[in-house]
Amino acid sequence: MSESNEFVRNVAEKKYEFGFTTDIQTEIIDKGLNEDVIRIISAKKGEPEWLLQFRLDAYRYWLTQTQPTWGHVHLPEIDYQAISYYADPTAGKKNDGPKSVDDIDPELMKTFDKLGIPLEERLALSGTAVDAVMDSVSVKTTFKEKLSEKGIIFCSISEAVKEYPDLVKQYLGSVVPPKDNYFAALNSAVFSDGSFVYIPKNTRCPMELSTYFRINARNTGQFERTLIVCDEGSYVSYLEGCTAPMRDENQLHAAIVEIVIMDNAEVKYSTVQNWYPGDAEGKGGVLNLVTKRGHLRGVNSKLSWTQVETGSAITWKYPSCVLSGDNSQAEFYSVAVTNNHQEADTGTKMIHIGKNTKSTIISKGISAGKSQNSYRGLVRVNKNADGARNYSSCDSLLLGSECGAHTFPYMDIHNNTATVEHEATTSKISEDQLLYCNQRGISTEEAVGLIVNGYAKEVINKLPMEFAVEAQKLLSVSLEGTVG
Amino acid sequence: MLEIKNLHATVGGKEILKGVNLTIKDGEIHALMGTNGAGKSTLSNVIVGNPAYEVTEGSIIFNGQDLLAMKTEERANAGIFMSFQQPVEIPGVSMTNFMRAAVNARRAAQGKEPLKSTDFLKVMREKRKLVEIDQKLMNRSVNEGFSGGEKKRNEIFQMAMLEPTFCILDETDSGLDVDALRIVAQGFNTLRTAETSAMVITHYQRLLDYIKPDIVHVLIDGKIVKTGGPDLAVKIENEGFDWIKAEL
Repeated sequence: MSESNEFVRNVAEKKYEFGFTTDIQTEIIDKGLNEDVIRIISAKKGEPEWLLQFRLDAYRYWLTQTQPTWGHVHLPEIDYQAISYYADPTAGKKNDGPKSVDDIDPELMKTFDKLGIPLEERLALSGTAVDAVMDSVSVKTTFKEKLSEKGIIFCSISEAVKEYPDLVKQYLGSVVPPKDNYFAALNSAVFSDGSFVYIPKNTRCPMELSTYFRINARNTGQFERTLIVCDEGSYVSYLEGCTAPMRDENQLHAAIVEIVIMDNAEVKYSTVQNWYPGDAEGKGGVLNLVTKRGHLRGVNSKLSWTQVETGSAITWKYPSCVLSGDNSQAEFYSVAVTNNHQEADTGTKMIHIGKNTKSTIISKGISAGKSQNSYRGLVRVNKNADGARNYSSCDSLLLGSECGAHTFPYMDIHNNTATVEHEATTSKISEDQLLYCNQRGISTEEAVGLIVNGYAKEVINKLPMEFAVEAQKLLSVSLEGTVG
Repeated sequence: MLEIKNLHATVGGKEILKGVNLTIKDGEIHALMGTNGAGKSTLSNVIVGNPAYEVTEGSIIFNGQDLLAMKTEERANAGIFMSFQQPVEIPGVSMTNFMRAAVNARRAAQGKEPLKSTDFLKVMREKRKLVEIDQKLMNRSVNEGFSGGEKKRNEIFQMAMLEPTFCILDETDSGLDVDALRIVAQGFNTLRTAETSAMVITHYQRLLDYIKPDIVHVLIDGKIVKTGGPDLAVKIENEGFDWIKAEL
C-alpha cells in the first residue's frame, strides 16, 4: 500500500527530538586507551591508590579478552583507540566542581532545561532529586542537602569516592566484579561519573532519585557507574534517563549499575532510555552496552527493574537480580522498542539462591522497520533454593513485515521444588484493527500509538507517574507511522 | 446525500462490484439485500475506504465531497459510520480510551478543542443509557471478551458517540437474539435525526420490522438489479431471490 510507504517515510524523516548539541568548552583528553590514560582519569578525579589499582587490574584483564559475539546484534568492531575516555564540559568554569547553580555554565543549564531537567531546585519536578551527568562529569546534584538531613547520600560517584571512601570501597565491584564481562571490565577501567546512593537503615527516601545522562562531546565514550546501597528496612525509587545528540558515527556507552539491598529493604529502579538510535539508514546511534545487576542480599528484600527502551542503535543489556536473601522478590518489567535498523538484545537474569525466592519477568518487545528485537533471559534456581518461583511472560509485537522478534529463554534448574513458568506470544497489529480505528476517525499513526501503549501498559504502569507520561509519549513518537 | 455512480471495485484482483448506481438522500433509509457473495459487504467497505478494496471505475460523492479521494479516517470524520459485521478486538486499548481518541479526532476535524475528561465521561454516560450497554464493558479492551450481542450493541453505542450523518449497518442483526435486536434497532432509531441517512444490509425482514426502510435494493452479482418499496423486502423474505434472478 502506498499509504503505508508514506508513513514509513514519515518515520524515517522524523527528527530525533533530543539530537541537538551543546557548544561548550569541554576538556577532552587525547583519544586512545592505555595505562597512562587510566592514570590521567584517576588523577583528574583525585582518586586514592586502591581505586587506581582497581582500574588498572580491570584494564589488564580487559586486554586479555575479546568483544563478545553471542548477542543477536551486529555489533561493529569498535576501535577503542579512536575514542576519548574523558570529556569534562564543566572544565571552563571550575576549580573543584560546581557546588551551586551559580557555578554552572549557563550553556549547561540551558541544555538540561531543554531536556526538561531543570537544575534549579525551585523548578524541579515535584519530589524528584536529580544528578545530571554530561559526558564524563556530574554537572549538578539537586536536593543533596535536603536528603542529607535524613542521612541519605545522593551524589556523584566521584564525590562519593572523596567523601565516603569506605562505603565505596566496600561495595564497588561487589555486585558486578571487574572481570564479569568484557564491557564491565572496560567500564571498571575507565568509568567516569555516575551516581552514588546510600539509604541508611529504616529510612524511606522521601523523593524519587534520578540521574540524567547526556552524551555531548564528539568521539567520546560514556562510561558511567552507578552504585546504590539500600540498608535494612529502607526504600528508594530511582530513575534513570538518557539522551544524546545526533552524530553520524556511533557513540559508545558502556555503563555499570550495581545495587545492594539488605534485609527488608526495597529498591525500584526505572529507566527510560532514549539514546540517539541512528538515522533511518542505520547510520550513527549509540551503542548501549550495559551491565546492571542487583544483589538482594537480605531476607525479604525486593528489587524491581522497569525499563522502557526506545533508543540506541544497539542495545545489549540484561538488568539482573541475584536473590540471595530468603524470601527475596525480584521483578523485571521491560518494553523494548526497535525501529528502522535498531537492534536490541535485552532481557534479564534471575539467579535464585535463597529459599522461597520469587521472580517475575514481563517483557514486551515491539519491532518496526527493519529492526531486530530479541529477548534473552536466564532463570537459574540453585540447589538450595527451596520453593523458588519464577513466572516469565515474553510478548512480541511486530509492526510491518521486515522486522524480527526473537526469544531466547534459558532455564537452569537445580532444585525440584522450584516452580518455573514461561509464556511467550507474538502478535501483529492487524489490518482489521487499523481499519476499525480509521473508520472511527482515528488516524493510523494514532491507532498504532493507542495499540502499542495498550500493549505496553502493564510495564508503563510500573513507572512513577511523571516518567510514565514521558514513556507513553516516547512510545508513540518512536513508532509514529509504522503500519502493521 | 450519498451519490454512487457506475462503481466498479475489485478485491484481490477479482471484480466484485460491476457498476453500482445508488443515491441515498438525507433522512432516507435504504435496505440492501442480496445473495451471499453478491457484493453487499464490498460496497460498504468501498464506501468507508477499506484499503484492501480497489475502485477501478466510478465515483462516490458524499455531501459534495469526492469520497474516493479521502482517507478512511477523513471519510469517518466527514460523518460516515459503519457498524461492522464482525467488530474486531483490540487488546490493551480500553473502550473509554478508544472512544476518547475517536471523539477527539472528530472534533479536531471540525476545528474543535478536545473534550475535557469530565465532559467526555458525561457524554459517555448519557449515550451508554441509550443503548443499554454496561459500564463494565467500557473499562474492558475494545470488544475483547464481548458476547456477540454486546459487540453489536457496542457498535451502536459508538454510533451514538460519533453522531454520524450516514450509517452503514452491515448485518447488524446477525448473531442477535430478538431482545438484543430490538434494543439495537431502537437505539438506532432514537439516534436518527431528520438528516441521518442509512444503508442497512440484511438477509432478514425482522430487522426491517424495527428499522423501516424507505427504499429496498437487491444486489446480485455486483449490480443493483431491483429497487422497490418496503414490500419488496417482505416478498424476498417469503419467496427468496429466485424470482428476481428469473426476471434477469
